[in-house]
Amino acid sequence: MHNILDTLYNLPIDAFMGQLMLGLINGAFYAMLSLGLALIFGMLNIVNFVHGAQYMLGAMMAWILLQTLGINYWASLLLAPLIVGAFGLLLERFVLRRVYALDPAYGLLLTFGIALLLEGSFRQKLGSSGQPYAIPAELRGGWDLGFMYMPTYRAWVLVASITICFAVWYVFERTRLGSYLRAATEKPQLVRAFGIDVSKMINLTYGLGVALAAVAGVLAAPIYQVSPLMGSNIIIVVFAVVVIGGLGSMSGAIVSGFLVGFVEGLTKVFYPAASSTVVFVLMACVLLVKPAGLFGRRA
Amino acid sequence: MLMASPATSPVKTPLAAKATAARRRQILAWGLGIAALAVFPFMVYPLFAMKVLCFALFACSFNLLFGFAGLLSFGHAAYFGIASYVTAESAKYWGLTPELSILAGTGVAIVLGAAFGWLAIRRQGIYFSMITLALAQMVFFFCLQAEFTGGEDGIQSVPRGDLFGLIPLGSHMAMYYFVMGVFLIGFLIIYRTINSPFGQVLRAVRDNDIKATSLGIKTRHVKLAAFVISAGVAGLGGATKALVFQLASLTDVSWQASGEAVLMTVLGGAGTLTGPVMGALIVTGMQQYLAQFGSWVTIIQGAIFVVCVLAFRRGIVGELDRLAKLPAFWRRRRAERRFTPAPRASTDF
Repeated sequence: MHNILDTLYNLPIDAFMGQLMLGLINGAFYAMLSLGLALIFGMLNIVNFVHGAQYMLGAMMAWILLQTLGINYWASLLLAPLIVGAFGLLLERFVLRRVYALDPAYGLLLTFGIALLLEGSFRQKLGSSGQPYAIPAELRGGWDLGFMYMPTYRAWVLVASITICFAVWYVFERTRLGSYLRAATEKPQLVRAFGIDVSKMINLTYGLGVALAAVAGVLAAPIYQVSPLMGSNIIIVVFAVVVIGGLGSMSGAIVSGFLVGFVEGLTKVFYPAASSTVVFVLMACVLLVKPAGLFGRRA
Repeated sequence: MLMASPATSPVKTPLAAKATAARRRQILAWGLGIAALAVFPFMVYPLFAMKVLCFALFACSFNLLFGFAGLLSFGHAAYFGIASYVTAESAKYWGLTPELSILAGTGVAIVLGAAFGWLAIRRQGIYFSMITLALAQMVFFFCLQAEFTGGEDGIQSVPRGDLFGLIPLGSHMAMYYFVMGVFLIGFLIIYRTINSPFGQVLRAVRDNDIKATSLGIKTRHVKLAAFVISAGVAGLGGATKALVFQLASLTDVSWQASGEAVLMTVLGGAGTLTGPVMGALIVTGMQQYLAQFGSWVTIIQGAIFVVCVLAFRRGIVGELDRLAKLPAFWRRRRAERRFTPAPRASTDF
């Protein structure tokens, strides 16, 4: 205890806020990814293990578009999710659809295999080292807030991810389309009887979830290095986030994403050695107290 | 011989004859299997043979959970890896003999398995997989940062020592037969677990959790027991591997290692007894021969997963089993056809 207080008193406030900021940035990515995962799980009843690889694909696509065609960040932010989302549509239509009738474990194994395929292919082509991706000129620099220095790009990521998460949440929870989608997950036969093409909706939901991962990837490209391994490093943490939040709820996925990032940031300040394990410890604690997750309904 | 000769059993019912025949086949299969293991290191490089056996134990332990209890643990590397670290530590720094250091490693894996299993079986299905994966990742980061594990370097030049303080295991051949003994013990544990009343209960829980509960089975106890046995056998494999390669490293606690156990089992045949062993042989062999081609191993592993899930869910041994049973199936079909008219086309939709 003495140690922690000691650290707290001697800690420069800007370093402290800086770590918290970093934590929140990580949290923004956790939130976007776990939201996509929850979305896909809700509709397809599949744990999309390839989600991390699709996030990597988003970043990779931005990098490739810049390298080969000179397409800038802003265009990539639109193009990369479209390309990766289209890939998701095809993947769902021709591959994933075959395992819906089976035990969900097979969906996990299948998407795990696809993730290995994608990651291995990019590693074979580009090696496992990271490639830098420059911050776009409009978002360089930062503001001095008095108690901390706020890089513009980080602020942009935070605002963008909160906006995106809210938009997705709004579409699914508050619009007519969203209510169709939610109805289709609960009673697909009945919704089909109303003349709604359920399999097309499932297809589009998967595409949207994948595009969401790709957006996260493009946003992440200037912060982290673009590497074939960036997806597999983050996906397991996102799984823990999903267990903490409970897969059933979309708002739960968003909130617990930011929460986990925040806790990680705090741990980095006080006990850096535990910063990569704290997520999993948090998960174990949540499992002990609320097995269904913080926001989950009874499974 | 164990089998009763016809002279000593004057009354012989057809059922008893059938049982004797089945028993004879079983003894033959075990004999052939042990003989194959005994000549294995003469056919391939002994170090490779030992690697196959360690991973076979690892895959068999995963299969006990996935194939027989329906629990997809995606974090089995935690038990495999932590056992290899503890064994390496105790053999190198505490000077324990090989059998004791393997016991120490396995013991720690069992304790860890009990703790993690207790947590993970609180959730079912796909959550179970994610929780086991996340807990294993926690062990990975622990091993990356703890003092005794040596971080990125791992624990190197672990002495193999003398078995019971008497038999030196320095040569690959001596080590191989020791590993073979360990493998047989582990395999026998799995075999006895599956072919016991407990194994039946396990399958009942796998197939219908609710019905099993209604029959008075404490399903959570059953799952936890299976989890602990499985973690123990995984630990046995990891502990032995540390002595074989004289190294404990992060590779064996990584999620990729967990994925390999899954791959071996799915490829060989989940829910079969020998499938994981077959899978371990093929996957380890593939890694050995493709190691120079960089990431192709990962790509091929991914492709195998996709093919297995889409078209080949029984795995190699499962498919072979099915083929072997086909003639009997057709005979029975024909016999049934002869006595009962073919059923009308089903009309429910």
